[in-house]
Amino acid sequence: MVVGEAGLAVGLCFGRRRGTMEEGEGVCILSLKSGDWWFGEQQQQPAAAAEAEAHSHREISLTKRHRDSVTQKATTFMGLGMLASRVIRPTASNLSRLSSLHFIRPIVSTPEASSAQSQPQSDPTPDPPPPSPRPPVAGARVHFPNPEDAIEVFVDGYSVKVPKGMTVLQACEIAGVDIPRFCYHSRLSIAGNCRMCLVEVEKTPKPVASCAMPALPGMKIKTDTPLAKKAREGVMEFLLMNHPLDCPICDQGGECDLQDQSMAFGSDRGRFTEVKRAVVDKNLGPLVKTVMTRCIQCTRCVRFATEVAGVQDLGMLGRGSGEEIGTYVEKLMTSELSGNVIDICPVGALTSKPFAFKARNWELKGTESIDVTDAVGSNIRIDSRGPEVLRILPRLNEDINEEWISDKTRFCYDGLKRQRLNDPMIRGADGRFKTVSWRDALVVVAEVVLQVKPGEIVGIAGQLSDAESMMALKDFLNRMGSNNVWCEGNGLNPDADLRSGYIMNSGIAGLEKADVFLLVGTQPRVEAAMVNARIRKTVRGNQAKVGYIGPATDLNYDHQHLGTGPKTLIELAEGRHPFCSALANAKNPAIIVGAGLFEREDKDAIFSVVETIAKNAKVVRPDWNGFNVLLLKAAQAAALDLGLVPESANSIESAKFVYLMGADDVNMEKVPSDAFVVYQGHHGDQSVYRANIILPAAAFSEKEGIYENTEGCSQQTLPAVPTVGDARDDWKIIRALSEVAGVRLPYDSLGAIRARIRTVAPNLLNMDEREPATFSASLKPDCSHKMSLTDFRPAIDNFYMTDSITRASKIMAQCSATLLKK
Amino acid sequence: MLGRFAAAKRVLEIRELLTRRHTSSPLKSFSTALNYHLDSPDNNPDLPWEFTSANKHKVKEILSHYPSNYKQSAVIPLLDLAQQQHGGWLPVSAMNAVAKVIEVAPIRVYEVATFYSMFNRTKVGKYHLLVCGTTPCMIRGSREIEDALLKHLGVKRNEVTKDGLFSVGEMECMGCCVNAPMITVADYSNGSEGYTYNYYEDVTPKRVVEIVELLRRGEKLPVRLWPGTQNPKRTKCGPEGGNTTLLSDPKPPPCRDLDAC
Repeated sequence: MVVGEAGLAVGLCFGRRRGTMEEGEGVCILSLKSGDWWFGEQQQQPAAAAEAEAHSHREISLTKRHRDSVTQKATTFMGLGMLASRVIRPTASNLSRLSSLHFIRPIVSTPEASSAQSQPQSDPTPDPPPPSPRPPVAGARVHFPNPEDAIEVFVDGYSVKVPKGMTVLQACEIAGVDIPRFCYHSRLSIAGNCRMCLVEVEKTPKPVASCAMPALPGMKIKTDTPLAKKAREGVMEFLLMNHPLDCPICDQGGECDLQDQSMAFGSDRGRFTEVKRAVVDKNLGPLVKTVMTRCIQCTRCVRFATEVAGVQDLGMLGRGSGEEIGTYVEKLMTSELSGNVIDICPVGALTSKPFAFKARNWELKGTESIDVTDAVGSNIRIDSRGPEVLRILPRLNEDINEEWISDKTRFCYDGLKRQRLNDPMIRGADGRFKTVSWRDALVVVAEVVLQVKPGEIVGIAGQLSDAESMMALKDFLNRMGSNNVWCEGNGLNPDADLRSGYIMNSGIAGLEKADVFLLVGTQPRVEAAMVNARIRKTVRGNQAKVGYIGPATDLNYDHQHLGTGPKTLIELAEGRHPFCSALANAKNPAIIVGAGLFEREDKDAIFSVVETIAKNAKVVRPDWNGFNVLLLKAAQAAALDLGLVPESANSIESAKFVYLMGADDVNMEKVPSDAFVVYQGHHGDQSVYRANIILPAAAFSEKEGIYENTEGCSQQTLPAVPTVGDARDDWKIIRALSEVAGVRLPYDSLGAIRARIRTVAPNLLNMDEREPATFSASLKPDCSHKMSLTDFRPAIDNFYMTDSITRASKIMAQCSATLLKK
Repeated sequence: MLGRFAAAKRVLEIRELLTRRHTSSPLKSFSTALNYHLDSPDNNPDLPWEFTSANKHKVKEILSHYPSNYKQSAVIPLLDLAQQQHGGWLPVSAMNAVAKVIEVAPIRVYEVATFYSMFNRTKVGKYHLLVCGTTPCMIRGSREIEDALLKHLGVKRNEVTKDGLFSVGEMECMGCCVNAPMITVADYSNGSEGYTYNYYEDVTPKRVVEIVELLRRGEKLPVRLWPGTQNPKRTKCGPEGGNTTLLSDPKPPPCRDLDAC
């Protein structure tokens, strides 16, 4: 046997299981030398070799030699060392109960191993094949940033390769073993204070908290031993000591980590006879309900608030049994991500206030959909019961929202059942709306639209419109002879020619690679909370610098406020600003331009200045495109992809027929008083006051529709609940109207309209895939406009109320009343 | 089965006996005040609070002990300084001031101040008397001493006397078990400059009352008795009446014979 001088003796090569440590089996020490494994001159048994082959698929990148030797059953030999060791070695039955401490490892020299005498002593019965390895927990993937950093650990006897620096718990997850845990959360820092994840590691005297212990080469982790089980049972008993027995009235019931894990590790009785403690409930605002007596002090909420949300309000106060989570001085949690503490709380201490006592989670039907309240397109699950949306939860999407969603996304759902339009209505002579049938409504609209001149027809898509309906609207208006159709928020002179000029070219996840950010006229915290969370993550993780140009704002990370308007931009473009050096020295600079600038008259001039800055700082390179536009509304990107660009910028002033497809942010004062206004939408919001006729449509929770988010990733919503009243899908209404108006659109099904979209913007049909822009913005012709020096204005005044759904929501109204600073 | 029942009953009886004492302080398990702040006229975040100009130098000195990017390490010494300056207790505004100095969120300071029981977050007297209640002192009669103090001053635990001079609290072991029972007097009457924190050991119920009266009169104990053991027959932690053993000089340890090795 060769033991490398410099190499470490890294492990034992005995059987896969403890049971194989029996008499007649040898043990040898392996050493690691120059990256290879060296063994003594052992003779391998044919049966073991075949077995090794059968299970070799588990090993991914090991050398054949290594593979054989690790899985092989160690050859047997007889020698003095063997005899001696037999006296002191515990028997196999003892071994399974004793901890590894009691096991004495015999070291046997190799010559005997190969001697002829040893052969007859070999174990005649071959091992039963081990059960097949389990798949990783929740599809956990291993990414080796540096293949040399891979280490091998054994989890319950299976070998797994993990990158250096991973914890024991993560290694177990890769090996397919789910370790119970309360305080550990993969996106938060490690606290190690719940002690639920205890496992046994060979050669350690005590059980180890696997979430905080780094995996070391050759570590033998045992997760299902009596010791580990007993340790977890002990921890569970302590946790349940002060936990109230109020599961029947707890909103977390049914999705509670403590409940689930107490089924595995809890006892049906406790030995604690003292009085349980009680903790004063805290007021965290209108979204998060607290029952602090249920808290098990895992500190996930404290770490989330500090690390992800960036509001250092929560803390762990007191000590010992008096310890509690709180804010000390009473304070509401003023974060736009506060709802996520509901998800990460493993018990019922933090639950949703609007959802309190509304339903049990097993009564709900979950529909995987996407969010439309901002341009991020967060992945959500809409939980509904019957016709009612009861709550919205995030879905994991590493590229977009990770596993968080903003409060607006999570709590806007009560707006879906208020202020809804459920019947077609016509405004009578007395100014009051009268319910009519669909047939009558469509006939009236068709009559009016056929009477006006084509140039006087205007169509505006709202910020919540899906791609299908915008396609139908554009097709319908084009067939009527008009091309004055656009999407609100894109401005009247949008630049839809180059896709790179209006999407986030680096992608939301790609922002993590940036090291310097320049935010131009955008306040990501209110415009796109999830993008802001990414920027914050990058600032925290990579010490990225952030420069911000725009009105004073409260970004929850360190940033330099460079200026308030175009003046600073010019300084940056001319290289006169101190921030220029930061941009120039950056490896991956990222510029984020707010879509609020689309509404400015001089937007082309601003964009050309920003492009000059980008060119100077080498923001757009073949390997990195950091030129980003952060859109505000869910419909914007798809509208520009579909070419919803008005023919003339002031068509609205001369319009005689205005078709508003859910557009509520249009300045209705510009519309002439004799114009006929059709409002097609789901909420009785601002534009309804001016509408002559109302066509009720379906909201995003009730229809299947494609939305493209700000990074150019198209995703679709799915119907979770039935439509309200007599409402119909948007595109179907326009399709029906076109038939009544005599210009029948050639699609009758969702498939057919998507085929039509494919001819215009095929990228919209690549669902859940980010389609990067093909051409860079540098192809744009030079701009000759003059830039005005008026300061940038905030694009969104009230984070909680940005569209017709959130404006109808009572919860959002409460939030804006209590959480926004006056 | 019956035996187990009897044992459980006995445990309950003992517990009852233990809890029956000290009915005057219902919150026995918590040594300090609540873990959350309630606004009051003398303690709310709107009150201005600043280190005095003399203490500002001290703050600078304390901060110089730590690297400039680890300013938050100074939280405990700064809270202590703030407490001395503010007459022995920390209002919220003082904690906010400390947070500002070390550039962390106020909650990080609250976490520390609530964790350590020697940071008082409610008002204390100019002389804060702390009775050690850990086992050796308890066995040697610390409860009687506390009772004597409370009775003499006419207050409950953690309450301040009407003249604002005294308050009584409990603390954990201060390492004077050899001279148990003991009390500590934290003297905040002269601000952070004249702040003292003295042990009075080997006290008796009679003696603590005398000490209180001495403090009230502003007198000092004879040097021999101040601070330290109050038993005149003992020297420091030596036995009463002089040493009974180890009377000679200790023998030096034998020197190893290096040549033999």
